[in-house]
Amino acid sequence: MWSFSGISNSIHEWLSQTFNPTLTIIIEMVIAGVAVIGLFAGLGLVLVIMERKVSAWMQIRLGPNRVGPKGMFQSLADTLKLLVKEGLTPTGADKLLFNLAPFIAMIVAMLLMAPIAFAKDFQLWDLNIGVLYVSAISSMMVISILMAGWASNNKYSLMGAMRSGAQIVSYELSAGLSVLSIVVLTGSLRVSDIIQSQADGWWIFKGHIPAVIAFVTFIIAVTAETNRAPFDLAEAESELTAGFHTEYSGMKFALFFLAEYVNVFIVCAIGATLFLGGWMPFHIGHWAGFNHVMDYIPSSLWFFGKTFFLIFVIMWFRWTFPRLRIDQLLNLEWKYLLPISMVNLLLVTAMAILKWHF
Amino acid sequence: MNITQIIFWILSVVALFSALMVITARNPVYSVLWLIATFFSISGHYILLNAQFLAIVNIIVYAGAIMVLFLFVIMLMNLNKESEPRKHRLLKLAGAVSGGSLLLVLVAALRDTDLKHEHALVNEGNIGLIQNLGKELFSTYTVPFEISSVLFLSAMVGAVVIGKKE
Repeated sequence: MWSFSGISNSIHEWLSQTFNPTLTIIIEMVIAGVAVIGLFAGLGLVLVIMERKVSAWMQIRLGPNRVGPKGMFQSLADTLKLLVKEGLTPTGADKLLFNLAPFIAMIVAMLLMAPIAFAKDFQLWDLNIGVLYVSAISSMMVISILMAGWASNNKYSLMGAMRSGAQIVSYELSAGLSVLSIVVLTGSLRVSDIIQSQADGWWIFKGHIPAVIAFVTFIIAVTAETNRAPFDLAEAESELTAGFHTEYSGMKFALFFLAEYVNVFIVCAIGATLFLGGWMPFHIGHWAGFNHVMDYIPSSLWFFGKTFFLIFVIMWFRWTFPRLRIDQLLNLEWKYLLPISMVNLLLVTAMAILKWHF
Repeated sequence: MNITQIIFWILSVVALFSALMVITARNPVYSVLWLIATFFSISGHYILLNAQFLAIVNIIVYAGAIMVLFLFVIMLMNLNKESEPRKHRLLKLAGAVSGGSLLLVLVAALRDTDLKHEHALVNEGNIGLIQNLGKELFSTYTVPFEISSVLFLSAMVGAVVIGKKE
């Protein structure tokens, strides 16, 4: 049957028959890079229109409806507009860092694609610390934001960057702890092992209440880490005009925008992998017939379905909750989420040792 | 030259160049950013040696946490070329002497290493993998490891307590 792993294997076989090993690796790297860029552009277009449609649906209006059928090509038109716009660089700005920052944001988001399993046996790099890799690289995002904020030579930008730095650094802790709780249950940091361990049931069902708590903390923490409402203090429009990207225009602004959406996709993909079984189909105990029907749905559809469900949840947050104040935001992390997730990690460890999970 | 060697040379050149730029850059923000580049290329070397856990921890701890803190402080203080204080000549001399002595010690230590019989385990060694590292930490070095983790926990609790005071 047609599958992602089948395609990648046949490409690999053909390349290794035609070229020598070094050239094969280089060509495969180029193919992977092009594929990631393509996925990037596709995700940007899809997620922007999805966000606008979801917000319209929540606010009982139509949303974009002029370009294409039901306004589906709106984000394509927006991209075209941003491409032809002039990219201004303020006179007082630090030219190099100002122009470099959006690209760093993009590169970080691209690096994060490496350990994600998009379908069965379809992964760029199945390294033995995949989950840790994601949390390490996603902490690099803050450097691009700080660079952008400082180089803009604008006090709104600097304030936004500082807030975002404080926010990302502190919410990383509870995100990391909730990721660790699944790592404790699985006993491995490798993404493929984590997915394999959920073959007989996803962790959110197998792990009882502690896994659910870890899931909720994870979703809250990653919403804050990706700087999205209700935690979007880095770009709080009413106080800071646009936060760290106040001075950006044209394609450089679009790159920041794209990086934000791709980051949302990535954290949701990680959440789906850890808690909802990645590409594993949904199985119920001994219902052989039901399980068999579920197995017929392709693994890539399962993965993207779960990921887009989580993305929808995060968008739902954005259009439901009002924005927090900076002190409320830091209180939430340090006084509530961090203690809860630490106790929760202890509970999960006890559960894993006593084998209370299924 | 296979692909590992090509990557090794690129990483080494990047590491040395960015390390040099750390000390020659006039602007402290640039220094910090070059230091982050240095850490990244060193992490690349770790990955070549199949020590993926060390590579990632290097990125998390140094590039992710400590350097962000540095950037924070430097940006908040707004250190610039103009506001850099003129250092006393004696201070510069002291710096040169202490740095020179460190270099001397390092060269003396490295001179005695037996390079001919040591081979870097590229892509096959598993000393840096998380499983072996964890076993080593929890068997040979249990007490120091536990003490340092208690220290970190107390630092975290301390931060929460200080935050709760107001």
